[in-house]
Amino acid sequence: MALSHLAASASRSSSLLKPLSSGLSLRRSISGDNSPLTVETSVPFTSHQCEAPSRSVETNPKELLTFFRDMALMRRMEIAADSLYKAKLIRGFCHLYDGQEAVAVGMEAAITKKDCIITAYRDHCTFVSRGGTLLEVFAELMGRQAGCSKGKGGSMHFYKKDSNFYGGHGIVGAQVPLGCGLAFAQKYSKDETVTFALYGDGAANQGQLFEALNISALWDLPAILVCENNHYGMGTAEWRAAKSPAYYKRGDYVPGLKVDGMDALAVKQACKFAKEHALKNGPIILEMDTYRYHGHSMSDPGSTYRTRDEISGVRQERDPIERIRKLILSHDLATEKELKDVEKEVRKEVDDAIAQAKESPMPEPSELFTNVYAKGLGVESFGADRKEVRATLP
Amino acid sequence: MLAIARQRMLGQSFKKILPAVSVLRSYSSAAKQITVREALNSALDEEMLADPKVFLMGEEVGEYQGAYKITKGLLEKYGPERVLDTPITEAGFTGIGVGAAYYGLKPVVEFMTFNFSMQAIDHIINSAAKSNYMSAGQISVPIVFRGPNGAAAGVGAQHSQCYAAWYASCPGLKVLSPYNSEDARGLLKAAIRDPDPVVFLENELLYGESFPVSDEVLDSSFCLPIGKAKIEREGKDATITAFSKMVGYALKAAEMLEKDGICAEVINLRSIRPLDRATINASVRKTNRLITVEEGFPQHGVGAEICASVVEESFSYLDAPVERIAGADVPMPYAANLERMAVPQVEDIVRAAKRACYRSVPLAATA
Repeated sequence: MALSHLAASASRSSSLLKPLSSGLSLRRSISGDNSPLTVETSVPFTSHQCEAPSRSVETNPKELLTFFRDMALMRRMEIAADSLYKAKLIRGFCHLYDGQEAVAVGMEAAITKKDCIITAYRDHCTFVSRGGTLLEVFAELMGRQAGCSKGKGGSMHFYKKDSNFYGGHGIVGAQVPLGCGLAFAQKYSKDETVTFALYGDGAANQGQLFEALNISALWDLPAILVCENNHYGMGTAEWRAAKSPAYYKRGDYVPGLKVDGMDALAVKQACKFAKEHALKNGPIILEMDTYRYHGHSMSDPGSTYRTRDEISGVRQERDPIERIRKLILSHDLATEKELKDVEKEVRKEVDDAIAQAKESPMPEPSELFTNVYAKGLGVESFGADRKEVRATLP
Repeated sequence: MLAIARQRMLGQSFKKILPAVSVLRSYSSAAKQITVREALNSALDEEMLADPKVFLMGEEVGEYQGAYKITKGLLEKYGPERVLDTPITEAGFTGIGVGAAYYGLKPVVEFMTFNFSMQAIDHIINSAAKSNYMSAGQISVPIVFRGPNGAAAGVGAQHSQCYAAWYASCPGLKVLSPYNSEDARGLLKAAIRDPDPVVFLENELLYGESFPVSDEVLDSSFCLPIGKAKIEREGKDATITAFSKMVGYALKAAEMLEKDGICAEVINLRSIRPLDRATINASVRKTNRLITVEEGFPQHGVGAEICASVVEESFSYLDAPVERIAGADVPMPYAANLERMAVPQVEDIVRAAKRACYRSVPLAATA
């Protein structure tokens, strides 16, 4: 069940999407099967203007092992990005998602690649969960040709249109109306699919969000607004930015659900519920209670506005990967050693991808002038010295 | 040369003078005449018929039939799924339009005037214009933003700004501005068919003006190329560039200059971005003198770019400094006499052309 949507995904799939059993080095027991398993979420859902879904989530060993592997991969990837940034191989902005992995994997487990996802700039892991490869991630971060945006976008501008991932946006809050527009187009095209528009607690106060929500409710758009509440908008705690930090209630007439965003199964259940709701009744808000271990970006140590105790406390009590590990071990789906082996494998995959990305060249100078338009009409464009550098846009 | 059906005096309310549908014939002619309004309406209608992905969105575009009646009859014909009345929330509905374009639909978003586009400008620039580049070609944005631009009559400072220069400076956008009915039909159709974001700057005072159109223009397949200017009037003594309403003024100025022995060439830019530098430069190389005309603020305006382009490409052909006629460097005043001074008049263009031709012109008293 969990992997069926993955099988239907684009041909260019990362190793992330292959069932674990395809790894020949692993013993049979680690692959897991589809035999149903029911697990309770950490906490019940809190709802606004709707009836909360049950906290009993249907899953299976295969799904849980996939969650573990995928989140471990994302965790490793973000930590590796941290090192690359400090080594000055990544420049500019770099916003890391470690701690929030459960939102990306749980959401993906509830939907198909025909559903759309759009998010802000903390987009590396969402890109990977949509089928992006590690090579595309690291190459893009380092500004190389093998990057998902051929090196021209950077950390904040990852896209994967063939699996309906629409970025990757730098302007706080802009992605929410864009996401409602995707939902509009899905309804217009009668596709019976939905859009998840992700935003943070910082963006939750943006006016354009309420404008788009109003229109979505008026026009019954299949839009699911997902507030990834990591409790800090850059350096500003939620209680200093929002008069009402109950983001799941901020939709007023739009129903909402508060979800433990560190519990991948709760995220999956909520997204499944939201998709069914949105297709029948229009927009819904999901507030994912989550946490980022890193600061806002690589320029922010993340410790001037919160205590180290708070950060380590969350790591101890609520880490999403540890939750799944405990679940897998308590249900005897794999041994500790097997899970450690998965982590080692994942680490190697990340290291290999980085090595490969480093080999990828920087874009050709002529790429400065490509993709300005989809249809350039043969007009001229200019470099800094227009008498030196001119190009014809194809 | 196309004779303009009616010359509008600034300060008079446009809507009071003009009946709802006007087709004024200033001379008997076999050619059909249509208003710019009819031209835009028919273009939208035909493109919506041809491509089910095209839809309209904006304030009052549906049940009200359009604030300026440009979208009249389209809700009835295509239904509420394709003609959408929005709340007064430009940032929200423009973002929704761009998102729909990401998915592959072809929205035509109306701003009641382009002054209100400033509420949504982040989506026009950062969400629409730059996406194809940032995504290395994955996300193209086939959207059209259209509406009246520039000064109307007596609407004051917040409702009179021209946005041509602002939008035209941004790579990734295409910016078009029609003058007559042929322009309106051909350029709007081209804009809707184009896979890139297009800012389409109309003019409220031109909506009711009639212009003759040929059968070719009336055909549903008619389309004008983006990026090509039109020489409205050939000449040999001076080049006058203009767009939108100012084209009419430039043509009037050319008629007056003719009487004084100055034969002016009038270029209707049609496309502000891409700018048809080739046509402009070829013309200046022929006439050796340039007068740029625009309604908007002078600093960093369209004329500034044209002047720079000509100085770079055709310096040795210039026999006189480039003259710029533009709106006054002030917010638009309300009082009729001040408003008249804030917008270019025909006599301003005539005077500038004479200066470029080194004809003695009595100096105006400074204010």
